[in-house]
Amino acid sequence: MLGRAAHGVYWMSRYLERAENTARLLNVGLRIALTRGADTTREDEWRSVLVTTGQNLAYRQLYDDYDGVQVFNFILRDKTNPSSVLAMIQGARTNARMVRTSITSEVWESTNECWMQLGDALARPVREHNLGDVLAMIRRLTTQVRGAIEGTMLRNEVFNFSRIGTFIERADNTARILDIKYYVLLPSLAWVGSHIDNAQWDTLLRSVSGDRAYRWLNKGTMDAKGIAQFLILDSKFPRSLIFSYDKIRSNMSGLALEYGHESPSHELVRSGCARLHQTDIDKVFEAGLHEFLTSCISDTVRIGNAIAADFKFVE
Amino acid sequence: MQSQDEDKYDEMFGPDGTVRPAYAEFHDWFEKQNPAWLHKKDKEAEIVFRRSGITFNVYSENAAEERLIPFDMVPRIIAAREWRKLKRGIEQRVRALNAFLQDLYHRQEIVRSGRLPVEMLQGNDAFLPQMVGFVPPGGIYTHVVGIDLVRTGADEFMVLEDNARTPSGVSYMLENRETMMAMFPDLFTRIPVQPVSNYPRLLARSLGACAPACAEAQPRIAVLTPGIYNSAYYEHAFLADQMGAELVEASDIRVVDGRVAMRCTTGYQPIDVLYRRVDDDYLDPLSFNRDSMLGVAGIMDVYRAGRITIANAPGTGIADDKALYSYMPEIVQFYTGEQPILKNVPTWRCREEDSLKYVLENLAELVVKEVHGSGGYGMLIGPAASRTELEKFRQKLRANPGNYIAQPTLALSTVPIFTKSGLAPRHVDLRPFVLVSPEGIEITPGGLTRVALKKGSLVVNSSQGGGTKDSWVLED
Repeated sequence: MLGRAAHGVYWMSRYLERAENTARLLNVGLRIALTRGADTTREDEWRSVLVTTGQNLAYRQLYDDYDGVQVFNFILRDKTNPSSVLAMIQGARTNARMVRTSITSEVWESTNECWMQLGDALARPVREHNLGDVLAMIRRLTTQVRGAIEGTMLRNEVFNFSRIGTFIERADNTARILDIKYYVLLPSLAWVGSHIDNAQWDTLLRSVSGDRAYRWLNKGTMDAKGIAQFLILDSKFPRSLIFSYDKIRSNMSGLALEYGHESPSHELVRSGCARLHQTDIDKVFEAGLHEFLTSCISDTVRIGNAIAADFKFVE
Repeated sequence: MQSQDEDKYDEMFGPDGTVRPAYAEFHDWFEKQNPAWLHKKDKEAEIVFRRSGITFNVYSENAAEERLIPFDMVPRIIAAREWRKLKRGIEQRVRALNAFLQDLYHRQEIVRSGRLPVEMLQGNDAFLPQMVGFVPPGGIYTHVVGIDLVRTGADEFMVLEDNARTPSGVSYMLENRETMMAMFPDLFTRIPVQPVSNYPRLLARSLGACAPACAEAQPRIAVLTPGIYNSAYYEHAFLADQMGAELVEASDIRVVDGRVAMRCTTGYQPIDVLYRRVDDDYLDPLSFNRDSMLGVAGIMDVYRAGRITIANAPGTGIADDKALYSYMPEIVQFYTGEQPILKNVPTWRCREEDSLKYVLENLAELVVKEVHGSGGYGMLIGPAASRTELEKFRQKLRANPGNYIAQPTLALSTVPIFTKSGLAPRHVDLRPFVLVSPEGIEITPGGLTRVALKKGSLVVNSSQGGGTKDSWVLED
């Protein structure tokens, strides 16, 4: 397999995952905008979406306030925003087109269709009353691509690179959301364990589509530690850090099996997994959640770079 | 440009409105269909093309845009007997082209014999000195050829131009057939149409048969594309996919240990046959275009050492140079010893004084082409041009006559297309695709029919708003 093709499949999957995660974050913003509350709560929420997706600086260059319609249009479709959902989908499609011979027709067509339909839906400014439909559409179309990958791709190196891209993006995303929300929600670590407004925690879980799963598992009790445990260490939850890392590891093993040897990135993935498996949530809090998450985020970046180098993504 | 209606030849209907035999079955079927249903099918076809991304890129001043090539559902039908003759003519021409190239880069007998002026080669950029004295692996120069044919009467097929560099359009030939079979399966059970679907397999075999001696038993083939922004990228990806070959860009390959190799996830792996879809100029920055970002430095050295096959061979462009086109009848005769089966379109070489005089005087009736142009760019269509345009072009001709050839405005045949108000005749051409290898010459029955969608228009190029049709050759 060409290094450039591995690079393309990897980024196609990362971009799709990122677009989907962004839609999920915007959904929470929309939900808060629709619930009664102080304007500052809404603005905080929109701001945190921008911060989580790393778009706050670019946004501040254009605007002074966090007006909802302004924020979600910037995130969804602003031409000057290289990280907009539209740019992500365009990026996924361009990569898919580049690796057209490595993916199945079903995967290509679903990616192309995703790009065509979202291109139409985002051709004009999105208004509050149709934001919900647009976000549902993003999730549905990206889910379709994932379904096509799952259902039609050979389980070979191409598939492995696609999955590695998906889960590196997801690990990064979950760690960022937890870090930023926690930071906002808990200015002081002394508050851990104290009673917090349930609605706030609810938004954190919704940002990763984990609200129902969490309630189901925890019978309604909601506390900071429980939520952090769920998002970091619950290997049953498909958006947790540990789940994402386990998936990265199993797909890296697939590559080692196919290529007959391991690369330096394999070692990094193994130690990344070990760190998650050999801890518990009390230890995490003892050491400091923020510190723990920041180092997870930089580990994930390091793994991504090592994979790009080991598998010759670029010259 | 408008054609004169009285002398045009329609391939479906005779002058008295009777249906010609090759179209009888199709016409019978067509008449029985509900037009509203056909229109619905038409729309569906467009959606399928969009969804599958069967597009080509167009560059305007502002941005690149992906467009569909309009597809018309009325097939272009060629009788078995007609095709047999065309096939013989094409085969003869392609044989001559390869013999011509072999001669040009070796003894140049044709120049010595006085049949081709040496000026045709001197100062011609398409003639590559790097190829002189070198025999490509398998002795083949043009692995893939597209011969553009036009029809002007019942038995009058003429060659409009030869495409000996990197002819494109074969993916549309294949997709058009797939689309027709999906839309109207019953047509194919009623009418015996010769299949085209094995083209990619034949292409892979044909390329493999030209592999260099150092290749493994199963030669490694790669398709070299300029990248996703190239107008024919869809086709490059399609062919690589269908052949099971790698699709590479110049940035993926380099010379490693005397072989051309591609960068794989586990390291560099050698390529045996490179089906390149880039121009000579962008092949090797060391040998040709020093400014090129697209080339593979040193690939020509590997090539000359016989350790890779490049298809088509560098330097084949000289054979489809428009200035040389007018010599094709002599070329065919010189190398095959036979009369050409397919005629040329009469051509005036503006480099010759008498011809230039004639062209300047009769510009309003002629089509003038740039010698090195392609895709319908930079040409003048006399009958469609205004006085000012004609005058401007006269000045261009006088300033650089050697850069132009002129041809009469042909009464191209028409085939009906499906329009809102039923069948309507439109002008067509035909590009059959020919594969050449040491094992022989393979011609896929039919080819790509391009059709001018505007009433009366003679310009069929997709870059100028032309469309395509499925082309059927009937079984005997």
